[in-house]
Amino acid sequence: MTAAFDIILCLLILGTAGIALFVRDALAAIAFFIAFGNLLGLAWLGLDAVNVALAEIALGAGVTGVLLILARARLLALGDDATCADTSAWLRVGALAACGGFVLLLAAAVLSIPPESGLDRAITPLMPALGIENRVTGVLLAFRAYDTLLESFVLLGALVAVWSLAPAGVWPGRPADLGMADGPMRRVAGSFARFLLPVALVMATYLVWAGSDVPGGAFQAGTVLAGGLIVSAIGGAIGLPRSDLPGLRVALVLGPLVFLLIGLAGTGFGGFLVYPEGLAKAAMLSIEYSLFLSIGATLALLVTGPNVIGLADPAGGTERKSDC
Amino acid sequence: MVTGHVYALTGAVLTGLGLFAFITLRHPLRQLLAINVVGAGIFLILGGLGRGPDATDPFPQALVITGIVVAVALTAFGAAMIVRLAEARAATKAATRPDGGKPGP
Repeated sequence: MTAAFDIILCLLILGTAGIALFVRDALAAIAFFIAFGNLLGLAWLGLDAVNVALAEIALGAGVTGVLLILARARLLALGDDATCADTSAWLRVGALAACGGFVLLLAAAVLSIPPESGLDRAITPLMPALGIENRVTGVLLAFRAYDTLLESFVLLGALVAVWSLAPAGVWPGRPADLGMADGPMRRVAGSFARFLLPVALVMATYLVWAGSDVPGGAFQAGTVLAGGLIVSAIGGAIGLPRSDLPGLRVALVLGPLVFLLIGLAGTGFGGFLVYPEGLAKAAMLSIEYSLFLSIGATLALLVTGPNVIGLADPAGGTERKSDC
Repeated sequence: MVTGHVYALTGAVLTGLGLFAFITLRHPLRQLLAINVVGAGIFLILGGLGRGPDATDPFPQALVITGIVVAVALTAFGAAMIVRLAEARAATKAATRPDGGKPGP
C-alpha cells in the first residue's frame, strides 16, 4: 500500500482514538472506540498481518465494544452515566507534560530501531516439518506453544474471576439475562440470531480449519462463535446456561485441558509441548478445535458478566450523576 | 520513512494519548477504555517494528494476538468489577436512607 494511505489511516486512527477518549458522552466514546478498533484492523491489514487484523476487529473492536456497551447500560441503570467531572487544570498540564515527554522518548526509541522481519526468515525453513503454512499459527501452536497454553488458562482464569464477583446468594445460578426488553426489537434480534448462529458456527469451523494454511485460527474462530452466541442471547433465541451445568464446565475446560494433555504427551517425544513427527498438524488441529469451543463459550460468558440479583429500574435513577 | 515506522510512531502517540486520558479521566469505565487504547498503541509498536521489506515478522504477530485476547479478558474483569462496585454503592446508599432502603432515586 502507498505511503499516503498509511499516513491518512494513521491520522484517522489517532483522531478516532482522541474522540473515543475525550468525548463527553460515554456511549459516543464507546462507538468511536469500536470505529477505532476497526481502523486499527485496517492498519494491521496494511502491515500484511491478516491474522492480527481478524483478531483486532473481532476481539478488540467487537467483543470489547459489546462489553463496554453492556457495562455502560448496567451503570446507567444504577444511575451512573459514566461522564466525568473536569479535573483541575494543573493536573492536566502536568499529565500533558509527562505524557508528551513519554511520547517523545518512545518515538525516539522507535526510530532508533530499524523495522525488520528477521525471525520470519528463521522460521520459514522450519515450517514444512509442521505440515502447515500459516506461520503465525505455527508460532502460536508450535514455536511458542507455551505462551498460548498459558493464555488459554488466563482466559479461563478471567472467567473464574468474573464469576467470583457474583453477589452472595445468587450462585450458582444463571448469568445476567442479555435479552432486549423491548418486544418487537427482541423478536427482530431473535430471528436474525436464528439465521446468524448456524452461519457463525460454519464460518468459525472453517476459520479453524483454514487457520493452518491461510489467515484464521482458534482465537478468531472462537470470537465468531461467541458473537453468534451473544446475538442469540440478546434476541432470546437461546437461554444462557446455569453456571454449574456439567456440560458447560466441560466446554469451558476442554480446550486448555486438551492442550495440556497433548503437551504432556510430548514429554514422550523429547519434551513438553513437542509434537511427534508427522503428527504435528493432527495435534495442532485437535488443540485448535477444542480451544475454539472453549474460547467461544468463555468469551460469551465473559461478555455476559457475573450472576446478578436484579438491576434497579433503568428509568429511575438517570438524573443521579456519577461521583467521579 | 518506512511503513513500519509510520505505524510504530502512531502506536507511540496512541500510548501517550491513552496514558494522558487514563490520568485525567475520573471515571473507571473511561479509564478502562484508555487502557485499551494504550494496549492498542503498544501492539502497533510491536507490529510496526516487525515490518520487514517483504513480510511482517510472525513472532510479534502471534504476541499481539495473545495480547489482544489477554486485553479482552482484562477488560471483561475490569468492567465486571466496575459494575459490581456501583451495585454495592447503590445498595449501601439505599440501606442508609431513612425510608427503609427501597431502591430508586
